Amino acid sequence: MQQAIRISCNRRNLKVVRDFVGESLAGQQLSEVLVNQLILAVDEVVANFIIHANAEDEKQFLDVRVTVLNHEFGFEIEDATPSTYSPGSYQEPDLREFVRVGKKGGVGMMLVNRIMDRVEYSTTGEHTICRLYKTLA
Amino acid sequence: MKITQHATDTTLTLALNGELDASSSVLLDTELSKPEILRTQKVLIDCQQLNYISSAGLGVFISHLQTFQDANVKLVFFNMQEKVRNVFEILGLDSLMTIVPSEADATAV
Repeated sequence: MQQAIRISCNRRNLKVVRDFVGESLAGQQLSEVLVNQLILAVDEVVANFIIHANAEDEKQFLDVRVTVLNHEFGFEIEDATPSTYSPGSYQEPDLREFVRVGKKGGVGMMLVNRIMDRVEYSTTGEHTICRLYKTLA
Repeated sequence: MKITQHATDTTLTLALNGELDASSSVLLDTELSKPEILRTQKVLIDCQQLNYISSAGLGVFISHLQTFQDANVKLVFFNMQEKVRNVFEILGLDSLMTIVPSEADATAV
């Protein structure tokens, strides 16, 4: 099963993506907590692409695809711009330090990495694709 | 996201209704940034109608927590749905913030 949606880079479309992922997972007999985790992981990546990679330029678009095959849930977020994000440089932040200095951002990818089994970024030509995978027994 | 306020002499209760994400979190940040909030003793966050929270929403609470602690303002969450509490737990924020089951528990903190 694969479903897809295209959105413009406006943060109001985060809700559209969340609803799309939720509807795509309906009927998979997943718990409400797990569905929320998967929605959250996609939401975080999409928010990064919208806000950071595309500076909320509504002329830019993202494609989001959901694939369910046996017990593997795959999510692809494709951005038609080259990525400046380097997952190789990612280091899990110290939350106590974030609290101490009053930092607002920086925990989104921490959530994504803790929720998903695999997080992959690739750039092909001018396109950047983030792939998220979760396998359930 | 809709935020309803109720204030007493010592306590400010904010009831969150809706989804707290990168689009709506600025509204909460505005409320928690008001200087008068530091003159209260306790800020209670009623999460009963909070259906979703992303890192942007968590970040708002993270960014104000130290300021509240320095001002001796207690920040207490209550009535949190399991799926929302789970997001706090994924990051271990449930050990850095006070989350209790009910309003009575929150009042007693």
